[in-house]
Amino acid sequence: MTPSQDVTPAPRTGAGSPSPVSLHGLLTHEPVVVTAGAELFAATLRAQAVRTEAVDWSPPMGEVTALDRVMADPRREGANQSAVARMLAAGAELVDVRPAREALGLAPDQFLHAGPPLAWERASGPMRGALIGAAVFEGLATTPEQAEAALAQGQISLDSCHHHGAVGPMAGVISPSMWMFELSDPVHGGRAFCSLNEGLGKVLRYGAYGPDVLARLRWMTDVLGPLLASAVRRHGPVDVKAILAAMLAMGDEGHNRNRAGTMMLLRELLGELIESPAPTADVAAAVRFVAANDHFFLNLSMPACKLATDAARDIPGSTVVVAMARNGTDFGIQVSGTGDQWFSGPAAVPDGLYLGGYGPSDANPDIGDSAITETAGIGGFAMASAPAIVRLVGGSVSDAIGATERMYEITVTENPAYQIPVLDFRGTPTGIDVTRVVRSRILPQINTGIAGKVAGTGQVGAGLVNPPAECFTAALDALAAAAPTWVEE
Amino acid sequence: MTDGFDHVEIRTGAYYDSVSLMQVSAQVTGVPGVRVALVAMATELNLAMAADAGFTIGTTPGPADLLIAIRAADQPSAQDAVTATTAALEALTARRHQAGTMGPGPLAPAHTTGAAVQRQAADLALVSVPGRYAFAEAMDALEHGVSVMVFSDNVPAAAEVRLKAEAASRGLLVLGPDAGTAVIGGVGLGFANVVQPGPVGIVAASGTGAQHLMCLLDEAGVGITGCLGVGGRDLSAAVGAATTLEAMTAFDADPATQLIVVVSKPADPVVAATVRAAAATLATPVLLALLGEGHDDLSAVAERAVEMIRGSRPSWPVWTPPGPPHASAGAGGGLRGLFVGGTLADEAMVIAAAGLGRIDSNIPLRPGWALGQASGSEMLTALRRCAHWVLDLGEDRFTQGRPHPMIDPGARLPWLTDALEDPGTGVVLLDLVLGHGSHPDPAGVLAPTVAGTSVPVLVSLVGTAADPQDRARQITTLTSAGAEVFLSNAAAARRAVALIEGSRS
Repeated sequence: MTPSQDVTPAPRTGAGSPSPVSLHGLLTHEPVVVTAGAELFAATLRAQAVRTEAVDWSPPMGEVTALDRVMADPRREGANQSAVARMLAAGAELVDVRPAREALGLAPDQFLHAGPPLAWERASGPMRGALIGAAVFEGLATTPEQAEAALAQGQISLDSCHHHGAVGPMAGVISPSMWMFELSDPVHGGRAFCSLNEGLGKVLRYGAYGPDVLARLRWMTDVLGPLLASAVRRHGPVDVKAILAAMLAMGDEGHNRNRAGTMMLLRELLGELIESPAPTADVAAAVRFVAANDHFFLNLSMPACKLATDAARDIPGSTVVVAMARNGTDFGIQVSGTGDQWFSGPAAVPDGLYLGGYGPSDANPDIGDSAITETAGIGGFAMASAPAIVRLVGGSVSDAIGATERMYEITVTENPAYQIPVLDFRGTPTGIDVTRVVRSRILPQINTGIAGKVAGTGQVGAGLVNPPAECFTAALDALAAAAPTWVEE
Repeated sequence: MTDGFDHVEIRTGAYYDSVSLMQVSAQVTGVPGVRVALVAMATELNLAMAADAGFTIGTTPGPADLLIAIRAADQPSAQDAVTATTAALEALTARRHQAGTMGPGPLAPAHTTGAAVQRQAADLALVSVPGRYAFAEAMDALEHGVSVMVFSDNVPAAAEVRLKAEAASRGLLVLGPDAGTAVIGGVGLGFANVVQPGPVGIVAASGTGAQHLMCLLDEAGVGITGCLGVGGRDLSAAVGAATTLEAMTAFDADPATQLIVVVSKPADPVVAATVRAAAATLATPVLLALLGEGHDDLSAVAERAVEMIRGSRPSWPVWTPPGPPHASAGAGGGLRGLFVGGTLADEAMVIAAAGLGRIDSNIPLRPGWALGQASGSEMLTALRRCAHWVLDLGEDRFTQGRPHPMIDPGARLPWLTDALEDPGTGVVLLDLVLGHGSHPDPAGVLAPTVAGTSVPVLVSLVGTAADPQDRARQITTLTSAGAEVFLSNAAAARRAVALIEGSRS
């Protein structure tokens, strides 16, 4: 006992609890102040020993009248809250594996591709390569030259994967015979589809279409797809969202690193694969194929993310981005409050490291639907959870943490299901807000693979990329046009 | 076979991850003379890539072996590349053995107001970005649950209305736009003086007016619970006193506030009636002070407030230079007012016009007394033709592209020099604003120009003994230069009129 403990505190007098009209007690305690603008005022606050953060403010991108109109839209905040609530609530279960003709109802001459809609004339090398490969694979042409001619003449119809509830990595070409993962969102009833991952190196999605590429695709169609289908059907729905949550704690970010996710998927299905009536050699080949491909789970991560972002679509007034996708020529985004409209700009060449003797001059502009992972708050947004890959751009662990920290500035919420251990299990930054992007001038951070720009080359590297700013300023203009008038402009 | 010199080497027992090796390859490719550098683990994929690139690999290495394949212009360049590779690999190894430095470093500052509010769990935002950008920042602050002071001006009235409606729906307050001064929780925001805590809550639609009032109260030993600047347009018909009413209610709910003083330029009559009606419903007495002709000046308002709190009226100090005081104005007899505070200029004109008649100004009391849109030397010429004039140098036309004269008192010097040289000048009337945000030594900037003039120079000083500029030193600097210093702006104006009228009689 110390003497001071005998002292009875003076009875408290005065204020009592602040009334609801007293501005949350603002008048009665020293405030913590954020300043935006003149540094002088931050300096005077610091001189008074007031806790102060000076915003690193700069004028927003795009038209300020459009920004004001969107900021004034009384629907915006509620719409965004409901968009992200739906995004977070969405589940993702792998329920089936089926050929695209069946799963997506693709006709024999109907192909899908990554990114916003694209005509053959504007298609980049890897996109052309993948389409050529798919045409030969489907027997619509016997040689690459024939395939190219058929595509150039418009004999094969092309459309965005996103328009059919699907996503495809890199070129993202889906043709009728390819087997698709089918995922279901048990909360909102959504469906999303993605092809099976071929592995790394010379593969169709990177624009390669040599005999080995086509042989692998045939094996995937004849052996791997049916095996996975029977395994999944016997296993019952696989909780992909649970695997995503677990893999983030194991050094994956769900876009460029899916190593733990792939192993967990295989672990989940291994019993059913072994029990398969298929020849043991086929089962062993399938298991080896999946086990040897660290990216196999990407094609489950992507549709899981699409289920989440699709759940947030079509909420009037919402400025939340629901798709970011690239076709190798254009980078396009879609926003909840503006329906299926694409806002596009030229795709940039990623900044990264190159395989072997390849360099930036060999790289194709950004390509693939895989930025759906960032749209849903993982991938580049969860970079802090994947320190093993941050050196893709010569970065350090603190750069990775910094990248994730920046993404909190452009997102509406945090996903409690996807946690980042190194950030004290903080949820991943989720729900990109167009207004926050144009105001902060911080563009979404995307981790990506790099395709060779010449058709047939395949992968040449991996790195980081951002969307072009005009996607967001164009989206802002459209949101402003859809917002109620509030001030004479 | 390709041109140049190929170096192919396999190192065993050295494993590096592919990402690190891609970095090494990139680094070595940068060595002069190097065309291709492939430093990679000898996996099948990488071996095939090396073969595709035309390298010949004699042995059959395994995936745990390191492949170094370099093609350079000549043998010495290749040797340089090998040296660089070795150094880069050693650096990698060294980095592995470094102590862990994982974890977040200091965060970069946030880029939006809302992000910073969230990060700091702040309870107030102060926005002073250019006016056309202020709406988004202020809205963002409100959405993140904090009240916001908007110092920025040139914000459209519709934006102000929208912000204040948003604030009301959230139980928050928007001070401004164009709010120069606030004291909240004892903290001065924008331009604010260091005053003692006490029983008066100030709600002010005028920045320098609020500063003047709080300094007078402080001098009389009466402190404040806070000062909420509401912005010059709050009592307009469009805005309808939205913030004034909220601020009055907030002070009424604060047990420490015994008197609420509302200071505004002449308000819209309907809005003024609304404020009066609201004041009547509050438990705390409200002193509603509308400034302008036919109303009390700020000193009189301060006197009434002090009397309500302490039961006696204060008097305001005057500091005079050594030697006999001026008996009359200079021969020209004209009043020359150079103000940085618009409300102080307006108050001086109201007092002076009662005795002197017409006073030309850029913020004229009557439309016919306006100085027109001239600036610079044209303005100087125009001023020479006026009997009496008062300039508000804080007005927009004088602050385009340069700091406000409260921050940069030097902006006033050319005008002051000209006024002192003008044979028509009888008295020069200045204000001097101390406190947070103001120049650290405004008296020191003005004194050399004032010193030596025979014309009376009267300074109305807005400041307290606790202000960071050291008020006593500011006063000494001014009086040593021959200026008379007044804590009451009204008293300074009356002294000017008396000197001018004294020399007429």
